Amino acid sequence: MDVKIKLTGNTLTACIEGDIDHHNAKEIRECIDQKIEEESPNLLELDFSKVQFMDSSGIGLIMGRYKLMHILDGKLQVINIPENIKKLIKLAGLASLNIIKE
Amino acid sequence: MKPINEMKLEFVSKSSNESFARATVSAFIAQLDPTIAELADIKTAISEAVTNCIVHAYKSSIGKIYITVQIFENGKSIIKIRDKGCGINNIKQAMEPLFTTGGDERAGLGFAVMQSFMDKVRVSSKPNKGTSITLEKNIIPRFIKNGQPS
Repeated sequence: MDVKIKLTGNTLTACIEGDIDHHNAKEIRECIDQKIEEESPNLLELDFSKVQFMDSSGIGLIMGRYKLMHILDGKLQVINIPENIKKLIKLAGLASLNIIKE
Repeated sequence: MKPINEMKLEFVSKSSNESFARATVSAFIAQLDPTIAELADIKTAISEAVTNCIVHAYKSSIGKIYITVQIFENGKSIIKIRDKGCGINNIKQAMEPLFTTGGDERAGLGFAVMQSFMDKVRVSSKPNKGTSITLEKNIIPRFIKNGQPS
């Protein structure tokens, strides 16, 4: 598991690599939240292109960041979702939040 | 019907074992020649069940988690995940989507995922005795997927 974060203008992009499960969700979350606090971006992009596996801990991670960005008057977008994770994203109803970028 | 193969797994409820559990079970089930999508369904359901044992059953302790897997000639797989933890008081409530006692960062989707990704889910639980989850998944044999006999 690894998170690569970069800032482009007011957009913070966090590229998550590997698995998102209960075991490493906390580390991923802390890593992203610390950068949000430092940079106060308008937009947080969660780049899932390198996520190998995700369970509902990943949904918790997305929802938590959605709430955090909402509090900060910013927006969240989840980008590059791999095919095998789309089923879970759909089940969780995240499409209705308008944060999934196809 | 007798299984064509079976295995047992026992490990302690450390979160670092979540990936071990799903990888091991999916490696065993690979014998049924599942698609990537079927294997992803199973991995996700196992991850949910094992996480429940770690987060809820053994909330403030470390206990043992037991998994048995049986596979059958017709492609059926039966996976049992058992713990000797605190048990579930209200199974119906625990299985409701979005219900969680796990705090803000937990989605409350564990059972909903198991139910929609697997063909059958059975839960039996006794407070202070433990919980047993039985998951079934029918792996469609390759010759049917391909539309011709092998």
